[in-house]
Amino acid sequence: MTAPDLHPPVRRSIAGRSNGLRSLWLAGLVALLAGLGALSVTTGSRDVAWADIVAALAGGRDTIGQAAVALRIPRTLLAMLAGSALGLAGAVMQGVTRNPLADPGILGVNTGASLAVAIGVAWFNIASADAYIWTAIAGAGLTAAFVYTIGSMGRGGATPLKLALAGVATSIAFSSLVTAVVLPRNDIAGGIRSWQMGGVGGATFERILPAMPFLAVGLAIGLLSARRLNSLALGDELAAGLGERVALARAVAALGAILLCGATTAVCGPIGFLGLVVPHLCRLLVGPDYRWLLPFSTLGGACLLLAADIAGRIVARPAELDVGIVTAFIGAPFFVWVVMQQRIREL
Amino acid sequence: MTTPLTATRARQMRYYRLVTTILLALMTVLFVLTLSLGQSFTPPGDVIRVLLGEQVGGASFTVGQLRLPRAVFAVLAGLSFGLGGVAFQIMLRNPLASPDIIGISSGASAAAVFAIVVLSLKGPLVSLFAVIAGLAIALLVYALAFRKGAGRTRLILIGIGISAMLESTIAYILSQAPDWNLQEAQRWLTGSLNGAQLGQALPLLGALIVFGSLLLSRTRDLELLRLGDDAAAALGVQVGRTRLMVIIAAVGMIAIATASTGPIAFVAFLSGPIAARIVGPRGSLLIPAALLGATLVLVGDYAGQFLLPMRYPVGVVTGALGAPYLIYLIVRANRAGSGP
Repeated sequence: MTAPDLHPPVRRSIAGRSNGLRSLWLAGLVALLAGLGALSVTTGSRDVAWADIVAALAGGRDTIGQAAVALRIPRTLLAMLAGSALGLAGAVMQGVTRNPLADPGILGVNTGASLAVAIGVAWFNIASADAYIWTAIAGAGLTAAFVYTIGSMGRGGATPLKLALAGVATSIAFSSLVTAVVLPRNDIAGGIRSWQMGGVGGATFERILPAMPFLAVGLAIGLLSARRLNSLALGDELAAGLGERVALARAVAALGAILLCGATTAVCGPIGFLGLVVPHLCRLLVGPDYRWLLPFSTLGGACLLLAADIAGRIVARPAELDVGIVTAFIGAPFFVWVVMQQRIREL
Repeated sequence: MTTPLTATRARQMRYYRLVTTILLALMTVLFVLTLSLGQSFTPPGDVIRVLLGEQVGGASFTVGQLRLPRAVFAVLAGLSFGLGGVAFQIMLRNPLASPDIIGISSGASAAAVFAIVVLSLKGPLVSLFAVIAGLAIALLVYALAFRKGAGRTRLILIGIGISAMLESTIAYILSQAPDWNLQEAQRWLTGSLNGAQLGQALPLLGALIVFGSLLLSRTRDLELLRLGDDAAAALGVQVGRTRLMVIIAAVGMIAIATASTGPIAFVAFLSGPIAARIVGPRGSLLIPAALLGATLVLVGDYAGQFLLPMRYPVGVVTGALGAPYLIYLIVRANRAGSGP
């Protein structure tokens, strides 16, 4: 097949699209998100009559149906927030590492956050939501730095293969360590296990609120790093030639991504593959310019996670599939597809 | 001119035989030691008498019922993981291309969990499920990776992606299991020898003999594959056919072991590189790696049971011990620029 050779012309023609068309796409995504939001509030494992939905939105909590809808509102909000955070974080990570396979799950960042939280809960008895988030962010940051350092050693820098292998190796090791930490503590094992599945079910405003400042800062840093990522995409030398301080640009953008991943993981548990899938899909829509790619990934991530969560509620009725499972099933085939499109260097 | 070469070759062969013998002795000693050590000490003499079928007061139960099944499973599973793992590593010429990283172990594990939890199957049927699933995953990864010609790098990456999906599947099925319990979950995520029964060791032994001899009969072809596909083909190796046979044999072995102990973390991955450090280019890595696999599982299980403040399944120990070595390997390989 000649797919790799077909790729550049296709991409060029899309990148050549006018900004007007891109704005139109953006408006379309906003509309899609709104539609999905409405769908998410109205559908679920329980059928609720329209009257009850309207009453619940007006604040009514009188029937079971109204109560169910009331639970869906924070859940929908969390799915949107987590999705936009992970979508943006994925795009930023792909830019920072210049690596098409970068994803918080593949790079082991999620497992790092899991391990940090597990250690915090088991050994230091952390309980407050703030402490959870700080711990998760610290774990995510340390793991990201560790994996990137290992993956970028030697010839060729951080190739997709080296980064992915370093991430997977770290993930396997950290999973063992999570087990070792959690196993002696039957009292917390169940909670940590279910948190590790990754999901937005059972969300409450009280749980979402502490993560908001972190997400806000992360979103701001991420969205503002578009110009830097565009320079980095030219290669380190060219970027430096354009007056970019390469290391600083990387560090700042990566910090944004880590804040987003850490805070999201602390609240939802690890949700994989979203950060991989969304930027690639958005690149097909708007081309490689990060000034467009970043906002698109943010919105696209929210849409995809929300859609995955709705699907998880419908597919397994009357039970629910955790959204982390759904994204893994959408994301893994997509990952394989991305790998097959790349002309990855044989070493 | 040939004389010094022949002498070198003979010296290498002597070294290789010596190392293999030492590894075999080490494994045997550890096997006997794990039978006599535990909560209480049983003299090796009593152990041997129990093994010979005599009734020894006290020792018959602890050794025969409690320790022997564990140790037998440890050896059989360890041999399978070590041999299957190193076969993959040699075939793909990358120490990181081991079955536990490219999704074969998790495929077998997912199938076993599905067979047990959803279909309520037991025993040999579970193994059959695991083998079929492991083979299907291996062939899928292989077909996707080699569709457009050479794709060893692509194979590893595709395996990583599919592995992530399978891990999610395992986690999900386990979370849906009615009598959900953490010990059982651990077995399918990291591997454990708890609940080993001697009667169930037979399929493991059978698989090891059948698939193991298949692999060993391909030793020469595998060694030549280390030189590269083209060089091997020039030397008369049928590359495609050898690959397919190695995949079937190695996957069969690993899947059956996984169906009985779970995917004991990192054993398939670690045995090969350690064997390569010891043996070097002096001979085939297959047998030393298999012996090292068994040694690792024996040591890991003993440590998990008696050396730590609480009992851990063997997979947690090998996973935690293997991690630094894995990272060291990646760092060293990256520095040398020879891969991955």
